[in-house]
Amino acid sequence: MLKILKYSFYDLMRSRWSYVYFAFYLLLGVVLLFLNNDLSKAVITLMNVIIVLVPLIGTIFGVMYYYNSKEFTELLLAQPLKRSSIFLGQYLGVAISLSMSLILGLGIPFIFYGLFKSSAIWDFSLLLITGTFLTFIFTALAFNIALSNENKIKGFGYAILLWLFLAIIYDGVFLMSLIMFEDYPLDKLSLIGTMLNPIDLSRTLILLKLDISALLGYTGAIFKQFFGTNFGLIVSISMLSVWVVMPVLRIIFKAKKKDF
Amino acid sequence: MKIKFISFIAIFLASFLHAQTIEVCEDCPVSKLNDAIKVANSFDTILVKKGTYKEHDIIVDKPLTIIGKNYPVIDGELKGEIITIVSDSVTVDGLFIINVGTSYTEDYAAIRVKRGKHFVIQNLVLEKLFFGIYLEKAHHGKVFHNKIIGDAVEEYNSGNGIQLWYSKDIEIEHNFVEHVRDGIYLEFSDNCLIKNNVSANNLRYGLHFMFSNDDLYQDNNFENNGAGVAVMFSKRIKMYNNIFKENWGTASYGLLLKEINDAEIKGNTFEENTIGINIEGSNRITYLNNNFINNGWAIKVRGACYTNHFLSNNFLYNSFDISYNSNINDNLFDKNYWSNYTGYDLNKNGIGDVPYRPVKLFSYIVNRTPETIILLRSLFIDIIDFSEKVSPVFTPDNLLDNNPKIKKIEW
Repeated sequence: MLKILKYSFYDLMRSRWSYVYFAFYLLLGVVLLFLNNDLSKAVITLMNVIIVLVPLIGTIFGVMYYYNSKEFTELLLAQPLKRSSIFLGQYLGVAISLSMSLILGLGIPFIFYGLFKSSAIWDFSLLLITGTFLTFIFTALAFNIALSNENKIKGFGYAILLWLFLAIIYDGVFLMSLIMFEDYPLDKLSLIGTMLNPIDLSRTLILLKLDISALLGYTGAIFKQFFGTNFGLIVSISMLSVWVVMPVLRIIFKAKKKDF
Repeated sequence: MKIKFISFIAIFLASFLHAQTIEVCEDCPVSKLNDAIKVANSFDTILVKKGTYKEHDIIVDKPLTIIGKNYPVIDGELKGEIITIVSDSVTVDGLFIINVGTSYTEDYAAIRVKRGKHFVIQNLVLEKLFFGIYLEKAHHGKVFHNKIIGDAVEEYNSGNGIQLWYSKDIEIEHNFVEHVRDGIYLEFSDNCLIKNNVSANNLRYGLHFMFSNDDLYQDNNFENNGAGVAVMFSKRIKMYNNIFKENWGTASYGLLLKEINDAEIKGNTFEENTIGINIEGSNRITYLNNNFINNGWAIKVRGACYTNHFLSNNFLYNSFDISYNSNINDNLFDKNYWSNYTGYDLNKNGIGDVPYRPVKLFSYIVNRTPETIILLRSLFIDIIDFSEKVSPVFTPDNLLDNNPKIKKIEW
């Protein structure tokens, strides 16, 4: 598995898209810092970008990589190799190279700007951690979609739909249902609703750091326990881990059964 | 008239010249503060030396100067009130007063001034108290440099640090009040000056006005209280250069205004509060040059607020800048800096060419269904906020800052 991981990783590192992705984040970081002159505000803006863009790029890139390297995968399958290690190796190769572009692309300008001397360092590292989690989650989801669909166009379609649903439509439905059931106690429902969407989950995780004063404005014991203590942070991170593990398990399961 | 005046001066001087110093210490002839007061004449000085004096119900009924040397401890043994001043012109200085009794029928205080004037209470340290300094129908007095550290846990069985009741023209400066119910509480007290105090970690309010008019508070620091300052049912209060910080919680405000008219709020900093200012039924208030930084809600307008002016304030990185619960607006927002402003300035006059709408649709939704706060900063919310900005339906459509500043305002 490590060998395939290494191969995928180097292959991607040499590819143009990784550089484009890296350059995009580098540019974004530099421009944000140049325009804002303020680390904490730049972190807020970055958060908005990361929770939307990272999943999008993760899904598209994951699907694209799978379809592009399909012939190579079929070649590998002819060798005496475990199927799970082939697909996991490819998955990790994509996810790690994407995360690296993200971390380096954003990290370099911020470090040059004096991140280590700033109090925003924790917010920023949390941002990178969530970004990495999102990359891993959405690449895994993308692999799932690609494995289930032989048709490239269909696969891309589903991938974009998945992103659109989780990034925008889900929140709309969520908001409508909260308003619809406003006569009932909703704090449990709203927390569960958040847990079920990795984008919402990472958004909440960052909110915990940035908007804690507003979040504490709502009266509700569960909310208070969730946001007022480290409980929220721990639960969010473990839920994110679950969100990584579940699709990966499905990749393994699906890869074992699939006919090529 | 002249003779009367001269004789008055003469009597005053005579009494002053005759003033003597009585020393109190554990093995002096006078070993109790209470005894010292009994033997003292008017305008004497009582010098209390270092030691522990287990006394309570000390009544100061003549103009005396009581000075503690190296902070002698007056221990009330939780039996009741400790010092009660019923005379004019009393000075109390440098005592360490502990263990005030708790009662549910009487407000026992560490030190109480009853109908006195021209008193000075300074350099005291009060601990384990019920009420700290209680001024009752007193006027023209000074409360300086006191340190009040309570251990209040519940609102119903704790008292206030400094309480004024029907007191006028009092100066309260450089005090440090912590862990009591209300740090400083003014009821029916006019023309008071509250300056340079620190009021922190109190259960209810850092500073609390009730039915008090024409007071000024400035350069104070209110941190981590139930709510920083509550100003209720008062007129013409001036609030200058105070800092309101980290007042967090479901009913926590930096500043709570209720039924306030004609006040002036200038140069204050509101930082990291759940709600910076909560306004209810308050009219003709000027907000000038305040900083609102990283609050949940910078300003929450609840209703019945008319002719308020918000001029040249900085709104920096608040989750919500302004929240209204109706779509009627009679308040003026002008020349503020909003960090969320996204307009441009083509003629480079420092003022944005597009008006800014400080009330977002989402803040209206959160008012209605508080649980939706969990969707803060979601892309979907940004989209509906944008559409509301383009054509306002739920938020007051005349609530605009027509001259938003492009750069943060310095003064």
